[in-house]
Amino acid sequence: MKQIWIIAKKELHSFFDSLMAYVMLVLFLGFTGFFTWMPSGQDIFLINQATLQPFFGIAYWTLFFFVPLLTMRGVAEEKRSGTLELLLTKPVTDWQFVSGKFLSTLLLIAVALVLTLPYYFTISRLGPIDHGAVLSGYLGLLLMSAAYTGIGIFASTVSKNQIVAVLLALLIGIFFHIIFDVLARGISGFMGEIIHYLSLSTHFESISRGVIDTKDLIYFLSIAFAGLLGSVSILSKRSLSDA
Amino acid sequence: MDIVVENLTRKYGAQRAVDDISFTVHTGEVLGFLGPNGAGKTTTMKAITTSFAPTSGDVKIGNISVLDQPEEIKKHIGYLPESNPLYSEMAVLDYLHFVAELHGIPRDKRESRVLEMVNVCGLEGEKHKLISELSKGYRQRVGLAQALIHDPEVLILDEPTTGLDPNQIVEIRELIKKIGREKTVILSSHILAEVEATCDRILIINKGKIVADGTAEELRKTARGNELLRVTIEGGEKNEIFTAIQSIPTVESVNFFAGDTPGFEVSSANGKSSRKAIFQLCVDNGWFLTALIPVDTKLEDVFRNLTMK
Repeated sequence: MKQIWIIAKKELHSFFDSLMAYVMLVLFLGFTGFFTWMPSGQDIFLINQATLQPFFGIAYWTLFFFVPLLTMRGVAEEKRSGTLELLLTKPVTDWQFVSGKFLSTLLLIAVALVLTLPYYFTISRLGPIDHGAVLSGYLGLLLMSAAYTGIGIFASTVSKNQIVAVLLALLIGIFFHIIFDVLARGISGFMGEIIHYLSLSTHFESISRGVIDTKDLIYFLSIAFAGLLGSVSILSKRSLSDA
Repeated sequence: MDIVVENLTRKYGAQRAVDDISFTVHTGEVLGFLGPNGAGKTTTMKAITTSFAPTSGDVKIGNISVLDQPEEIKKHIGYLPESNPLYSEMAVLDYLHFVAELHGIPRDKRESRVLEMVNVCGLEGEKHKLISELSKGYRQRVGLAQALIHDPEVLILDEPTTGLDPNQIVEIRELIKKIGREKTVILSSHILAEVEATCDRILIINKGKIVADGTAEELRKTARGNELLRVTIEGGEKNEIFTAIQSIPTVESVNFFAGDTPGFEVSSANGKSSRKAIFQLCVDNGWFLTALIPVDTKLEDVFRNLTMK
């Protein structure tokens, strides 16, 4: 655990040192703020309800694009520059390394989400707001980010090239994000149910409506875990193939 | 902690980068690892540092196997890879702190240990700079500092002095020698003088196999067991002198030698010396012996002999 935190801390430093974190925060707040407040067809003034649903809706998409951008550098750059080889000769296991990367990305997203809390405070003064739904909405965003971080780190381990990593993460992600949902509508029976279960949007919607079900929690966490597991298994193969 | 390499083999596809090599390095020994490019030096070092698993064979450090307990081994080794990878966006001090923390150096000792390394490796003036701003020599020093920071029992250095200026090379060699008195050190290099100056023992490896193992002195002896003399004799006719030398019983072969002082190159039979006989020959014939120089075999020649085959 200590090693994971040391690596996560270093990663967070490099996020902030490289301006990556600031650019991401500004863009995230800009996008979500704009679509939540400004007349954009789905802003809260049009809906005329004290709810954060418009924010959750737009953050659902913003995070989908931002998470891969944050994770693409993680492992790919360390592989390219050779620092990975050196780091893994230090008392760090593959799991600790990957988990550290995961934790740092998730923490940065948590910071971004915390910075949107003023939206919540403002809206709660405009009218009666469902506090439970807000809480679970935030939880949903965080869980979704965890799932995409897992996928992103996996993609970053597959390739030494950051662009390939980001595209691969988006490619895998889009299936969970929307394609499974669309497919599930057209397919009935057992297969349909499986695909429906795999769709991230269904799980996200039920959480953001305020229903926190263990099934949904398990869903998000297992995607994240699967991503990290894939990443670790690729790292452990380096012993067989790398020059 | 002793390093024991047992029948280590590492294949890349069908090619054997390292082919069934075994050797032992004892505590308090500095082993120099020599070989032409692609001989398998780096591969062996990577196997020792758990960077990757051997195809077959094993490496044990202090009786702990690399295959069974890599995590335990990682605590005891310091490694400077050939390419010296560093986090270029980090400042020197931050990077050393990060490495110290990873090695579990307690918080209260970390600061002093980092500063000690900065001092030892001559990074005083650069410690606040970003690693990306450093010249190659300074980056190499940072690489050394991170390898030494946890005071490892075993030190693996892949070409440690590349990019350093001559003063720094001397300093680093002294440092390695000092460390080598108590620890186990393996260093690879392509500079033969460096290996000779720093190492207690030399291992020459070629095409994945060990071709020589011993001190610099031993290697020279095995490379040319015969005495070789450069002789200049005046006062007589060249060919006459040539046949006279050839008739000395201990002489194996004589060649004309053209150089600053033209003369003969006399090679004696194994284990014999011809110096006295040559002198006696000159006295008997009334010639003047103006030069009699024993020729040392250079380590370069040893290296070439062993690796050109």
